Amino acid sequence: MTTNSVNYIEPTTEELSEGVRLRRKKRAINFAIDVFLIVVSILMLLPLVFLVANAFKTPAEMLSWPPTIIPRDPTIANFSAVLGETPLLRWIANSIAFAVMSTIAIVATSAIAGYIFGKFRFRTMNILFALFLATAIVPFEVYMIPLYFQAKSLGILNSVWGLLLGYLVMSFGIFLIRQNVIHSIPDELLEAARIDGAGEFWIFLHIVLPLLRGALGALAVLAFFQAWTAFAWPMIVATTRTSYTIEVGLALFQTGFTVDLGRLSAASATVLIPSILLFVILRRNFVQGVASTGLKE
Amino acid sequence: MLKRKRWIFAILAILPTLAVFAYVRLYPIADTLRLSLFKWDILSKNKPFVGLANFRELMGDHLFIDALVNTTIIAFGVLILTIPMALIIAALIFHRTRSRMAGFYETAIFIPHVVSLVPAAMAWKWIFDARLGPLNALLTFFGIPAQSWLFDPVLSVICIIVLCSWQALGYAVLIYIVGFKNLPVSLYEAAKLDGASGPQSFWYLSIPMLKPITLYVSVVTLVSGFNVYAQAFVLASDAQGAPGRQVRVLVLDMLENSFRNYRVGYAASEAVVLLVIVLGLTLIQFSTLRERGKA
Repeated sequence: MTTNSVNYIEPTTEELSEGVRLRRKKRAINFAIDVFLIVVSILMLLPLVFLVANAFKTPAEMLSWPPTIIPRDPTIANFSAVLGETPLLRWIANSIAFAVMSTIAIVATSAIAGYIFGKFRFRTMNILFALFLATAIVPFEVYMIPLYFQAKSLGILNSVWGLLLGYLVMSFGIFLIRQNVIHSIPDELLEAARIDGAGEFWIFLHIVLPLLRGALGALAVLAFFQAWTAFAWPMIVATTRTSYTIEVGLALFQTGFTVDLGRLSAASATVLIPSILLFVILRRNFVQGVASTGLKE
Repeated sequence: MLKRKRWIFAILAILPTLAVFAYVRLYPIADTLRLSLFKWDILSKNKPFVGLANFRELMGDHLFIDALVNTTIIAFGVLILTIPMALIIAALIFHRTRSRMAGFYETAIFIPHVVSLVPAAMAWKWIFDARLGPLNALLTFFGIPAQSWLFDPVLSVICIIVLCSWQALGYAVLIYIVGFKNLPVSLYEAAKLDGASGPQSFWYLSIPMLKPITLYVSVVTLVSGFNVYAQAFVLASDAQGAPGRQVRVLVLDMLENSFRNYRVGYAASEAVVLLVIVLGLTLIQFSTLRERGKA
């Protein structure tokens, strides 16, 4: 115990008050930063909060100033009106089917291709990988018109298959999985399995896939949200009322003649609330996926 | 022997993905390039090769020029609005990273980036609404005359920029926070010992060291700005869906040319212009990064 005090010099009262002043200053700065960030956070969320609030308001309350955040007289009339006027649930079902199928396709293709590109680096493979990477730069909007004609000739317009055609592979997904394969799957592990007589496919299924679980989860979340929020492609592929995705349905619903703000807000809120909940639940996967965009090199 | 077996596995495993990739990516990209050189109209039987005539025609097409100008203004507007804000907010969140609130800040600022585009745009449409919107109510409260935000061509471009920036901010903040986490702590400690204040080390250390990230975020923001479509569609199409009211952007012009005017070859040449812009931006990013690597 005595050794503790060997190098310990008692601070003078002057030094002590200096320390207190510094600490106080630091606390004041942190407080100011917190206030600023809370204001920014609230401002960012405010449009969405108002949208959800408006969905439950009567037409009269919607016009009142200042706008209320908690409706004085909440009503679900807007929701029932929307459900009566539009196949909203059908649109949501279309979107879910499209997003789930796209997620499965992207996760499967990325897992296999990412593993092959990460561990089988022959010259041919490197050239193929460069090709995948190069097309990642090309925005979807650039080639969606020829793709539309392909969907047309396949006879899959106005169906979930047509939607899916545009979202089957994701160059970034392949890149993401490849990076993860390189970082987290040691060659020794694969070699040991091979010496034990395991087949290549068995190795992929029982050793590689479990090790990639985190990365594949992050990719799945990214892929799901990418399809869920798609707009231009669904807009040109799905042109019949029953084949719309929720995004297209909503966008075209707002251009109707008799639509009022309450109903629009109700329809929008129906889409927003589940996707915000889903995001909050899957936040960690999402952030992991986004954060690895372009930064891991 | 073993090596050959592995080779066969690799080829067989990658083949399905490769086939899909060729069909939904490579072929349509190549087709875009091919179509741009043809007068390829849906309605006419004759689809002759015209070389660069489509591009020459684009240069004199005032609707296309309008779209190009609007899109460029939107893309750079979002960039100018987003980057400085994102940098400051990310620095502050990073500063408070150990507080319990950090997760809340990150989530709140990131949510606009992930929510579905159309409903989010609906929220802003209400805010900008000329008669019912809170923005005009606020303006009149301060004695500023109400504006018809979504009907005036200049103001509606500004509205689109605000909406897009609101969505882009969360992504930029997130990437900057990752950037801050990768900066060497020792450098900041040295600066602190030399008497540098927080804002000073932010200005003289963080900003220069985060340059590659700023470049990356800028290119991503610009590229998505040049692809803007849904935001313009939702904000600027009025209640009756009159197409004349829409703010003309590149993707809209492309879609109108192919699906309304049936001029697919012409639309493809617009797509090529878009591609050249995006490639140009990416090349600038790569070459700047490489120069930095050499220095």
